[in-house]
Amino acid sequence: MRLLKLVPDNTNIDFVRLRGLAFGLTLILSVLAIGITYAKGLNFGVDFEGGLMIEERFPTPPDLNRLRQVVDAQGLGEASLQQFGDPRTLTIRLPIQQGADEGATNAAVKKVETAISQAFPGATFNRYSTISGKVSGELIRNGILAVVLAVLGIGLFAIVRFEWQFGVSTIAAIVHDLLMTLGFFALTQFEFDLNIVAAVLTIIGYSINDKIVIDDRIRENMRRYRKMEMREIVNLSVNETLPRTVMTSVTILLALGALLFLGGHVLRGFTAAMILGIVVGTYSSIYVSSSLLITLGLRANPTPEKVTRSGIENAERVAPRGE
Amino acid sequence: MLDFPRWKVASIWLTIVVLCALAIPSLIPQRITDQWGVSLPRINLGLDLAGGSYLLLEADVNDVAANRLEAMREQVQTEMRRQNPRIEIGDISSRGGRLSFLLRDPSQVDAARERLLAITGGGVGMTGQREWDIQVVDSSRLVLTPTQAGLTQAVDTAMGDATEVVRRRIDELGTREPTIIRQGSNRIVVQVPGLQNPQALKDLLGKTAKLEFKLVDESATPQQLASKQAPAGSQVLAYPNNPSGIPLIAVKRTAIINGDQLSDARMEFSQQTNEPQVAITFDSQGGRKFARVTQENVNKPFAIILDNQVISAPNINEPITGGRAQISGSFTTDSATQLAIALRSGKLPVALKVVEESTVGPDLGEESIRAGILASAVAVALVVAFMFVTYGRFGVYANFAVVINVFVIVGVLALIGGTLTLPGIAGFVLTIGTAVDANVLINERIREERHRGRSVIQAVELGYKEASRTIFEANMTHAISGVIMFLLGSGPVKGFAVVLLIGIATSVFTAVLFTRMLTAGWLRRTKPKTINI
Repeated sequence: MRLLKLVPDNTNIDFVRLRGLAFGLTLILSVLAIGITYAKGLNFGVDFEGGLMIEERFPTPPDLNRLRQVVDAQGLGEASLQQFGDPRTLTIRLPIQQGADEGATNAAVKKVETAISQAFPGATFNRYSTISGKVSGELIRNGILAVVLAVLGIGLFAIVRFEWQFGVSTIAAIVHDLLMTLGFFALTQFEFDLNIVAAVLTIIGYSINDKIVIDDRIRENMRRYRKMEMREIVNLSVNETLPRTVMTSVTILLALGALLFLGGHVLRGFTAAMILGIVVGTYSSIYVSSSLLITLGLRANPTPEKVTRSGIENAERVAPRGE
Repeated sequence: MLDFPRWKVASIWLTIVVLCALAIPSLIPQRITDQWGVSLPRINLGLDLAGGSYLLLEADVNDVAANRLEAMREQVQTEMRRQNPRIEIGDISSRGGRLSFLLRDPSQVDAARERLLAITGGGVGMTGQREWDIQVVDSSRLVLTPTQAGLTQAVDTAMGDATEVVRRRIDELGTREPTIIRQGSNRIVVQVPGLQNPQALKDLLGKTAKLEFKLVDESATPQQLASKQAPAGSQVLAYPNNPSGIPLIAVKRTAIINGDQLSDARMEFSQQTNEPQVAITFDSQGGRKFARVTQENVNKPFAIILDNQVISAPNINEPITGGRAQISGSFTTDSATQLAIALRSGKLPVALKVVEESTVGPDLGEESIRAGILASAVAVALVVAFMFVTYGRFGVYANFAVVINVFVIVGVLALIGGTLTLPGIAGFVLTIGTAVDANVLINERIREERHRGRSVIQAVELGYKEASRTIFEANMTHAISGVIMFLLGSGPVKGFAVVLLIGIATSVFTAVLFTRMLTAGWLRRTKPKTINI
């Protein structure tokens, strides 16, 4: 049986030579992402903004204008409607009800539901949630704290296990991935809620996973070919690990693709964020972080204490691939 | 590296069989396993999958402080009067979070201080800090200031009691498997799966149900009522159903009896008007006290007060000795039933506010489970097919690992009594994708080593050995973000983190150890000269 090889043997792409281009592109994209996020803002979910969210299912796709009229007629503030996957499922968002106590919110939920089931017979409620401003503030704080801790934790791990340049380039890659994700959410105006923070943390973990595999190979090749130029080592390492990088991305994308199309509408934003993160993360592992190592001046002969025994045993015994 | 002693092979298989067996109960519908008559560990479904309500209740800390101050005020008044010699006090005020009062006779200041020391209790906790600071100002005024330690402990006690009351009330509603947990210093999380009517629950939890019986102060003039300035020793309360038309009434500050001395409360229909009302029964001590007070105050009105609002103010026509009383007002059957439940379960020591709520209808949950199972199955199928066409025999081994990993995760989740949430399903599917990463790393490494001209055994051995370090490092970063999510995430996100963390641990076991065992077995049996990878 002939086996599938997504990346042909002896692939040798000069990634490092293209890094100037890649840095430029990355810079432009990052600036764009910041700009879009700043200009358009994120469409925060009810858990970050506070307020109330009702998801209704209709027997037939409802007329949006009529629905908006029905909800607005309740005098509960400006309602925003959002379609959720299929046209029969809609979410209705309302601001925090004045009066601030739960009575006002309860009454609002009831009012909207009654009005909708009168105007659209057969409509049923799927779920609803209400969150006070105070709790949503805490959720935002915790979300930001989680992301910051994850970035620092992983950066620290990289510095302890590798040289400091790896730590710095790792953090740069994470920041890049975060910016791209934010930009994506600002651009598409997909709802940015608590689940997305979980997705972002997963993206960070995944993207770094990818990077560590490459870093690990760079470190190994630095010991193996002590005379080799740094840029050659990076190129060799990225090319050697390219089949793995592509394979793993594909398997994860296959699994996430199944989730995106079949996993139901509630998880769709979450899955979309993750898929984007995988693609962006793969790019940043190859370009942003590995190439950054050269710019950061990683020297070709590593400090002796970080050389493990197995590395020395293997050194210079075997010729590199394709030579 | 490829040497697997018999005991090692046996223990790997045993672990897998045990963990997979643990998964079985979770895969069979609950109603079937219930019939077996044994309780088996199974995965709990989160509210987003099972349908139900999540409520985050918050107590107002200031409320606790105010209640405590009010209680201290009453205690001080009775204490100064109760003992001989009687200490006359005046100008008592609880403004600014402190209690201050004036002594009519400044020479009694030491005696008064002595009595205050007795009622403000000993120390708090291990440090022995006092609950109240006592200060003497201008040698005739005493000021009681609550200490931070005392307040913290008061909030803690109040929250502990409140949690118990919430639990009793929810149990009275007859819901199945509610979860009630204290969170932080002043919050309670309530999760009730499969609840059809969250409104009833919220109404019930929103009631403090502080019931008091107080004598009506008939000396209050309409002017005093209107300006809410009650005569000394009395207070003006709202009385929405007042037959006189004025929605206010003056009552004595001191309660003659309160809801703590109840033994039962039931909804019933009045024999005269056939309207719903709540019949309450006092415990023996409360009954005696109620009998004595009503005897002393025949022909005077008393007020029945719920949560600082007067419900009715009937006249005492004759002494009430049976220890029973009825609360009537404009009740509906539902509101009377709720009040009865609330009274039975005791009053909340502090008012609770719903600060976060989410309710998921049962249909959506079921749909999500179906979608989740389908997505997981398709994800497994796609990954398995892809691994097979890419790595052949080695892909098949990895696929065994993936499929076993699915069951092992379910088994571990059931074993630790974990909760599966909707994001948890996403974590599950993601794990299917990432679990093969270890095998990809290993197999790619074997390919490489073969290219470099190593023998089959050497290549496989080196592949596992070199990849293992990378796998460890790569999974560590995953684990770091998983742990952070677990620690800082709430509800659904936590569910996601749990599945992710379990997945990381089990996939290392299945993808590295288990496949190595299979590969080693095959190499030993067939001793191939070349491998197709």
